Amino acid sequence: MVAVEEKSAVSAPAVEVAYLRGATKSYGAHRALDEVSLSLSAGEVVALLGPNGAGKTTAIKLLLGLLGPDAGEARVFGGNPRDPATRTRIGAMLQVARVPETLKVKEYLDLFRSYYPAPLSVEHVVRVAGLAGIEDRLFSQLSGGQKQRLLFALAICGDPDLVFLDEPTLGMDIESRHGLWQQVRDLAARGKTVLLTTHYLEEADSLASRIVVINKGAVIAEGTPAQIKSRVSGRTIKCVTSLDEDLLRRLPGVTSVEVKHGTTIVRSAEVEDAVRQMLALDTGLHSLEISSPALEDAFLALTKGE
Amino acid sequence: MTTMTVAPRFPLYRKEAKYEFLRLLRARTFTLATIGFPVMFYLLFGVVNSRGHEILSASKYLMATYSIFGLVGCSLFGISVTLSNERNLGWLEVKQASPMPAPAYLVAKLLTAFAFATIIFGLLLTLGLTMGHVVITGAEIRNLALTILGGVLPFASMGLMLAMVVPPQAAPGILNLIYLPMSFCSGLWMPISVLPHWLQTVAPVWPTYHLAQIALGGIGFGTQGSVTGHIAALAGFTVLMLGLAIVLFRRNGAKS
Repeated sequence: MVAVEEKSAVSAPAVEVAYLRGATKSYGAHRALDEVSLSLSAGEVVALLGPNGAGKTTAIKLLLGLLGPDAGEARVFGGNPRDPATRTRIGAMLQVARVPETLKVKEYLDLFRSYYPAPLSVEHVVRVAGLAGIEDRLFSQLSGGQKQRLLFALAICGDPDLVFLDEPTLGMDIESRHGLWQQVRDLAARGKTVLLTTHYLEEADSLASRIVVINKGAVIAEGTPAQIKSRVSGRTIKCVTSLDEDLLRRLPGVTSVEVKHGTTIVRSAEVEDAVRQMLALDTGLHSLEISSPALEDAFLALTKGE
Repeated sequence: MTTMTVAPRFPLYRKEAKYEFLRLLRARTFTLATIGFPVMFYLLFGVVNSRGHEILSASKYLMATYSIFGLVGCSLFGISVTLSNERNLGWLEVKQASPMPAPAYLVAKLLTAFAFATIIFGLLLTLGLTMGHVVITGAEIRNLALTILGGVLPFASMGLMLAMVVPPQAAPGILNLIYLPMSFCSGLWMPISVLPHWLQTVAPVWPTYHLAQIALGGIGFGTQGSVTGHIAALAGFTVLMLGLAIVLFRRNGAKS
């Protein structure tokens, strides 16, 4: 009995629902993905973050079976993503340049629901995706945000266990974006797994339980949003000062110093001590600001050069 | 769990076909061009030219050939332009990523071409009987209907092949450059016997020529060559187009 209690106290081991293992994909001479490994566990929201052309969409297309890897493998629910039975457990929202414009919202829902063995009810999908009141509109009559919401609706209408969202909030207004974020959180709360690509750092920060940073076809960092942020050590001091750069570099915990348009920017792991000395050394110091690193800084630090 | 692993097939295929048809029916540029042109041409050249109740009238001849003109148009444009757009602009990927079976997508396009061909034939038959003084027997109507439905297959295959090579923006223009001269040269707009002799000699290279010969033979006109020969030519053409479409599809897939 004790053993059972102990077991239930520990959270269930993560069940891997999909993975890329050593996946490489080239388009002609351009290597879009270079031996990328990526694993998705049940119930987590993973954000694939990276600049344009980093290989985010290619990674999703490999997991969807839309592309075959040149080397390595892509597996979803233990099977080939091209297998029809596997696909009934997957939903995907991809970037589409053009959708046939002469069908109505409700007709698209009717069509895509018919692809799945146990789809969600139309009412549910309409409510969740925020399509109420526009069911009878043709696709051509929808705004950019409404089009995105319909594509999201098509991705989730089959009640899939794994949802891929490729730049889901592109072109959405703030209200729609926050609505979609809530839907992603609800999916995760229901035990669904979500992989989303985004270049909105705020989106990754607020949604993801795990962030995978990808650049030039390779994974360069992986972890919780907090772990990714911690990759940029210390805080940033901004001020106008007459102290010279060499002296600033010798202050406690300082990792970098730069001067831009007359403003000095100092990054330090021991920011209070550094500031105390700076104020003592330069009584004319002014315009002082101290800031914590945003995910953006971590992201830039990670993707720049290296 | 006892849930099914895939969706029931029949409703899926039915909806795929229904919405493919609806979406093209609502696209005015498509319906105006593919239904409007054969009807307009038939009114101008067929109905206006009809002179009383002849058995083998110009209006009967043109009713058959403009029906073929119409079926070729809706098969080529309905498949090529839509597929080229969907393939190049991302929509096909959304469908491929979904559990939609690939055959449902193609069957829907084929059934839609059948539906438009039937609509065009129905309209021209009605116009021919009411305004064109066409004299036609029930058996001849059946022959013509079967020829037109069967004729969708080679041109749907051609549309499929062209969708693999034409870029979406240029698709309508390129298709018209093939469609219009081919229709003229195979005697769809005027009897082939009034065309220049050299055009008559090369006419057998056009698939539309063979289909027109079968259609005309089935409604009592004298034709060139044998029905079996024409059917063999169209079957060969269909196989060639499908084969090319598959090769090109694989090549495109390997490139991406």
